[in-house]
Amino acid sequence: MSFRIIVFAKQVPDTTEVKVDQIKGTLIRDGVKSIMNPEDKNALETALQLKDKYGAKVTVITMGPPSAEAILRESYAMGADEAVLITDPIYAGADTWVTSMILARAAQMIGFDLITGRQAIDGDTAQVGIEIAEHLKIPVIAYAVDLKIEGEKVIVTRELDSTYEVISAKLPCLVTCTKELNKPRYMRVGNIFGCFEKPITIINNSILKFDKNEVGLVGSPTKVRRTFTKGPKEQGTIFNGSADEAAEMILSKLKAEKLISQQ
Amino acid sequence: MIMVYCEQRNGELLNVGLELVGKAVELSKDLDGEVMAVVCGNKITHLSEKISQYGATRVIIVEHPLLEKYTVDAYTEALYQVISSENPDILLIGATLTGRELGPRLAARLRTGLTADCTNLEIDPESKLLLMTRPAFGGSLMATIICPERRPQMATIRPGVFPLPKTDTQRKAEVYVFTPKLNEDDIKVKVQQIIAKVRRHKDITAEKIIVASGRGVGSKEDFELLEELAELLGGGIAGSRAAVDEGWLPKELQVGQTGKVVRPKLYIAIGISGAIQHLAGMQESEYIIAINKDPEAPIMKIADLAIVGDWKPIVKRLVQQLRQSMNVQDVKIS
Repeated sequence: MSFRIIVFAKQVPDTTEVKVDQIKGTLIRDGVKSIMNPEDKNALETALQLKDKYGAKVTVITMGPPSAEAILRESYAMGADEAVLITDPIYAGADTWVTSMILARAAQMIGFDLITGRQAIDGDTAQVGIEIAEHLKIPVIAYAVDLKIEGEKVIVTRELDSTYEVISAKLPCLVTCTKELNKPRYMRVGNIFGCFEKPITIINNSILKFDKNEVGLVGSPTKVRRTFTKGPKEQGTIFNGSADEAAEMILSKLKAEKLISQQ
Repeated sequence: MIMVYCEQRNGELLNVGLELVGKAVELSKDLDGEVMAVVCGNKITHLSEKISQYGATRVIIVEHPLLEKYTVDAYTEALYQVISSENPDILLIGATLTGRELGPRLAARLRTGLTADCTNLEIDPESKLLLMTRPAFGGSLMATIICPERRPQMATIRPGVFPLPKTDTQRKAEVYVFTPKLNEDDIKVKVQQIIAKVRRHKDITAEKIIVASGRGVGSKEDFELLEELAELLGGGIAGSRAAVDEGWLPKELQVGQTGKVVRPKLYIAIGISGAIQHLAGMQESEYIIAINKDPEAPIMKIADLAIVGDWKPIVKRLVQQLRQSMNVQDVKIS
């Protein structure tokens, strides 16, 4: 059987476009488009490069509402072989622990030699991938900046705070990718025409068979007690003048705030 | 009881663990007063004294030859064994890159929830639950998370979020040594090589003054001017993701959601528009000065002093004046 790679991806609101209403202290989300989480594209690119090099079947899996299909179409256009949408109303409100449990069970059913993924920009917890590895009892290597396959092993160079580590692990294995790993390819014109024709496998709870108390908001160990925006900060001093005046203004404030010596 | 994982590297404690011990001591006043610090490694008993000085009531030294080098497998298993025997109500972990890997693996094994990158921790006076507040959507929305039933309640916290507490050399903690049961075969990830990064800059989370720049700055040459400004002020330089993506600054100097979170006394933002991802990394700075051509840029709304204008002549003039004032001081000292 050929080498099987699963890529976990997520549809997120484009947070670079989310703005805060400073007067009301709320989020302005109107007209903000949903996108494929940018670093998931690095994870998909990693898989596609391995496919180009060694031959592999690349399956992209996402969990979300039916509209998350858009990122699966995009994955097809980039070169994925198979796309799976995990969707069920009873999964709504899942925290990272429950999400990872659902994704792990789906991965197990589909089968894999390697899993790639990365953190999402909306929740940005970076923990789902690592939790999936624990549920599947497979090794995890986080923060990959380089990756190669040697026989039954994956060799990854990863970046930590003050060091790089070269790590090997036996397959199957889960690797989380960084944006330094590669530059995601663009969608291919030929693939774009075909991507709307390709089938998307829908997996719901009739397939995964979780007890309804295990999943969604009910099954999640963590709950959101409240959300709030920080009150708008009081507008500071605005200064508009010549460069000399501006420099003078900065100096006087630095002195007043005792950030530089009073001399 | 609150347990704090204190990360050590090459026999030295990272500040973030000690910051969390300080926070745990504060939180424990609303609980049973017990703060247990846990440190993993090999031949590290000497670290207990320092941790005691920061206020932990108990210190567990988890030692094993297989903990000499950090691997997520060995460290997860060792901590899992300690937690299973001590049953803490709360577990705090520093959100370093290794902590962000260890935390989720451990949480999944313990079958409990984990709240990543908290910026505030409190104890609910009624339920005694840990209230974990973290930014979402790049910091524009805050969410307070609870973990009502499963234990421990786990949170990771980035370095620099809580202040380093004052030490007291009189404090003495009870110290235990715990030897976990570990086998070579349990370690599935094999570290083959460790390459030290060449570090040219001080850790920006430790800087008191930061001069940060963004896309509006323009070129690598401009950075010499900014470095001079930082040096005159006794601080360091940093930048937005844009400055790092352009290749002007190394990743280690990136401030923001995907970079570092800083809270210096003074943050000067030059040519940074202030995307929420950037604001998430610096808005807790004590005093913020922004220089930007666009008076409507988001950074200008949160700045204590917002200077509208072209940054270069302003910074040149500022550098000149600072140089002069420094010379005056030199004369006085001699």
